[in-house]
Amino acid sequence: MTIYNFYLFDKNGTLLYYAEWFRVKQSGMTREEEGKLMYGMLFSLKTFVTRISPMDVKEGFLYYKTSKYVLNYFETPTGLKFVLNTDIVSPNNRDILQQIYSQIYVEYVVKNPLCSMNEAIESELFKTKLDEFIKRTPIYSVRSV
Amino acid sequence: MVIYGVYIVSKSGGLIFNHDHNIVKTEHLKTFKYPLDLKLEFENKKIVVNFGSKDGIQVGHVLLAVDKIPVSGRQLSDGRDVWEILEDPKNFPLSLTFGRPKMTTNEKIFLASMFYPLFAIASQLSPEPRSSGIKVLEADTFKLHCFQTLTGVKFITISEPHQTGMEPLLKKIYELYADYALKNPFYSLEMPIRCELFESNLQNLLEQVEKTGISNV
Repeated sequence: MTIYNFYLFDKNGTLLYYAEWFRVKQSGMTREEEGKLMYGMLFSLKTFVTRISPMDVKEGFLYYKTSKYVLNYFETPTGLKFVLNTDIVSPNNRDILQQIYSQIYVEYVVKNPLCSMNEAIESELFKTKLDEFIKRTPIYSVRSV
Repeated sequence: MVIYGVYIVSKSGGLIFNHDHNIVKTEHLKTFKYPLDLKLEFENKKIVVNFGSKDGIQVGHVLLAVDKIPVSGRQLSDGRDVWEILEDPKNFPLSLTFGRPKMTTNEKIFLASMFYPLFAIASQLSPEPRSSGIKVLEADTFKLHCFQTLTGVKFITISEPHQTGMEPLLKKIYELYADYALKNPFYSLEMPIRCELFESNLQNLLEQVEKTGISNV
């Protein structure tokens, strides 16, 4: 079990895209509700981090880790929020998120005139490209005990 | 190696102890001409930089002093209104001191109770069953470590991102808590910890860890 799931939010908190690979536990609520809960948590985490930080933050929140998973967070200056849950073997996977942004989101959503911004992404091309990309990442194939 | 602070949060989410260890002071004194090249705004009873950054002054910094006279709210300590001073070109050049807002005790209590639901939601949104809450949270300027005891008390440290050995340190703080706070007959559970022995021992522990690392403690 390595990469669990992926969320993409826009700056207003709309869940643009959700995908999952090895998710074991469902949260017991609808996807929409879960998206809202996740966004609310990220929003609070962001304020929490900027206020508790002893110095001025630049990027702010990077990731958190529990006993079972790591939530990687990447926010673009335009407010898009990329979230990737992975297992705890490899803690920092921000570069994967950056690549998803620059190589997949920009290429197949921003450059696609049929994809409207601020709405859930329905493009099949984006879906397959993201899936391919995730399956190519080295941490996808690592199986932890 | 730097540890910035230690927080203890009770089972019900209240802040029962906090200790600031290394306080990073950011203060920037600069002489300004009229008009100001920063955009200031009055919010939360503070004058905050809203736009523009130069010479270390950043968005989010608050105005601490005008010509070295401290500012409280939007008034100087001698009673003059800061806004009027800043708007009058005759007062310039002015030397203004900006810095990061200091955390008040109220704000710390607020932040501690904010961590509680984050901890719970992190475990609820887990893709794997039986996940704990947040154990480590990293930002670009600090790393937060949290250790929850079986009784639900949370020990939180804020340290430099590369500080290692925080888990044994948290266990050690737990030990101190058990020894000096819980065994104190004047300490009632869930209430703020005011035990001198606990505080001085914690202080010693942190200093020792910073000097020689956790392995020697």
